[in-house]
Amino acid sequence: MAAPMLRWGSPGRRWALAWGDGGFRQRRGSPTGSASNRVRGQSSGAQQLLDTAQKPRKGKHEWAALVGLEIHAQISSNSKLFSGSQVRFAAPPNSLVSFFDASLPGTLPVLNRRCVEAAVMTGLALNCHINKKSLFDRKHYFYADLPAGYQITQQRLPIAVNGSLTYSICTGKKQSQMITKTVRIKQIQLEQDSGKSLHDDLRSQTLIDLNRAGVGLLEVVLEPDMSCGEEAATAVRELQLILQALGTSQANMAEGQLRVDANISVHHPGEPWGIRTEVKNLNSIKFLAKAIDYEIQRQIDELENGGEILNETRSFDYKLGCTMPMRDKEGKQDYRFMPEPNLPPLLLYDATSLPAGTDSQQVINIDQIRERLPELPRVTRERLIQQYGMLPEHGFALLNEVGLLEFFQNVIKETRAEPKKVTSWVLNIFLGYLKQQNLAISESPVTPSALAELLDLLDSKAISSSAAKQVFDELWKNEGKTPAQIVSEKQLELMQDQEALEQLCCAAMELHPQVVMDVKKGHPRAINKLIGIVRKMTLNRADPAVIKEILEKKLSS
Amino acid sequence: MWARAVWLGLRAPLGGRRGLTSTTDPQGSGRITVEVIEHLERLALVDFGSREAVARLEKAVAFADRLRAVDTDGVEPMESVLEDRCLYLRSDNVVEGNCAEELLQNSHRVVEEYFVAPPGNISLPKLDEQEPFPHS
Repeated sequence: MAAPMLRWGSPGRRWALAWGDGGFRQRRGSPTGSASNRVRGQSSGAQQLLDTAQKPRKGKHEWAALVGLEIHAQISSNSKLFSGSQVRFAAPPNSLVSFFDASLPGTLPVLNRRCVEAAVMTGLALNCHINKKSLFDRKHYFYADLPAGYQITQQRLPIAVNGSLTYSICTGKKQSQMITKTVRIKQIQLEQDSGKSLHDDLRSQTLIDLNRAGVGLLEVVLEPDMSCGEEAATAVRELQLILQALGTSQANMAEGQLRVDANISVHHPGEPWGIRTEVKNLNSIKFLAKAIDYEIQRQIDELENGGEILNETRSFDYKLGCTMPMRDKEGKQDYRFMPEPNLPPLLLYDATSLPAGTDSQQVINIDQIRERLPELPRVTRERLIQQYGMLPEHGFALLNEVGLLEFFQNVIKETRAEPKKVTSWVLNIFLGYLKQQNLAISESPVTPSALAELLDLLDSKAISSSAAKQVFDELWKNEGKTPAQIVSEKQLELMQDQEALEQLCCAAMELHPQVVMDVKKGHPRAINKLIGIVRKMTLNRADPAVIKEILEKKLSS
Repeated sequence: MWARAVWLGLRAPLGGRRGLTSTTDPQGSGRITVEVIEHLERLALVDFGSREAVARLEKAVAFADRLRAVDTDGVEPMESVLEDRCLYLRSDNVVEGNCAEELLQNSHRVVEEYFVAPPGNISLPKLDEQEPFPHS
């Protein structure tokens, strides 16, 4: 079994979206629930499946699972994909709707340049080939939250194809080993989001809010190169970090800006792939992993009990921790794809093909977007390792919370303390306090400057490390005070007075002759007891190393 | 293809279900079952049991069928009739919206600022499975 997941950001803090989503994706929130978390037949990617097949146990065949993902990321833009209405979460119903979004007759789509640039940038960051010519198509659905009766998407020729996403999984007993894996990206396509349906069972009616209708989406299709929930969850998390680094999507799963459908099948290694099911409603990374592992095990159990797997769409019930067939998705749907007649082909250019004398507002230059690519998370992590001698898992942890890396870098800038010490304080103490109180980095009562000052005091040995923790606790509770103020108010300075310390050491030895005897009899560890006694006498204000030095000198004399 | 399937299916209620189990279309797509018709009815929220609806659809299908009269052998399909035109790109500015009142005038029924749709082809999650509204 592969390792447990990295600590995910806190996707569950704000649960959103009441509405069953009648459109392309069904969606429900998901507070806690439990699901079985067993997978047999681990492997890493389709190619290696045959090689890594384990020996059958107890005469039973080994199973291998294949997981592919379809990920919808809402593009971060001011206005929608084909209309000038605003993109905003949780606005009053139907306030962000243009005549085009409501499909009034005579309205036409006008493509948003920003959405195209976001798609190209995402494609480049995911090592895709960018198609210089791509096409728009209509995909037909009959849902009330899709008033046109079709979604404009890119079925025949998407904007980006043949990419890859690299992610790393922690493994080993201490989670300290990193295994790097790659999943192929089949394509990225631009398409419209649907509106939202709010079902009212009592009155048997459906309320429609079209605020989301027409928001730009990037559909990213990942090939079935993953083999368990954890791999899929880690890949999605990495994609989320990339999208956020690019700024092409806020990718907040709780607000529905990142939605994942998983295609899952199981087979015996060396035999043809099994029939796959599609699991929808995966709206947090935690439940994504659970749902996939549940579905893999369900298929294995089904097949081992002589059953068969149906090619069906299932949804994950986070309360029961299981997947269920979705009744409205029964049978194969005919989407009646057709070319979108109102949009000519989308043409992109590079430095060599740029037509002369055209309006620069009307031309998208792939090379220019490539130059604007920011540092990607993988590179950031490598830089942290190089620059600060950081452990890989610490690099992951720093990037795993919004704003944590920036906080860390601000502390580093202002303190003389070693990067290693800063890393440890930021990841253990600072993050620990935040998690305990369920706060975001931006909500922290302790500023980077205050922590930097505190670490300076520690670094210059003005305070002990236990006093530093006390100061941090005070900083957390009393905003506005500086670490130096707290240290002087609480008299936490380290005792630098050698003479006074020596006196205390003598007093301790006199008070505890038995311990002194123990040390002299050849139990050198007994000295720790004396150190503790002296520290207590100093109210924890003395450096234990100094005390130890004094005691050793006195004991050996 | 789809249109033809419906067209064949449509005749069923009028011609007394006879066609449903044995009809094949000229392209040889096979039989059209009651299940197919029911599936289409559910997807499209169209009641094929109504004579008027069937007549309207029949007319539409017949209209579209005239396309088959054109000989397209050896003609490369176009991507779009606008395929040689430039695709205009709009700047990412908010210039529309805020017209819920006008839009809602088109709706047969309205609750607060929502359109009201009949409970159609969308499976309804139970009330207690719905999430609280995000403002909480």
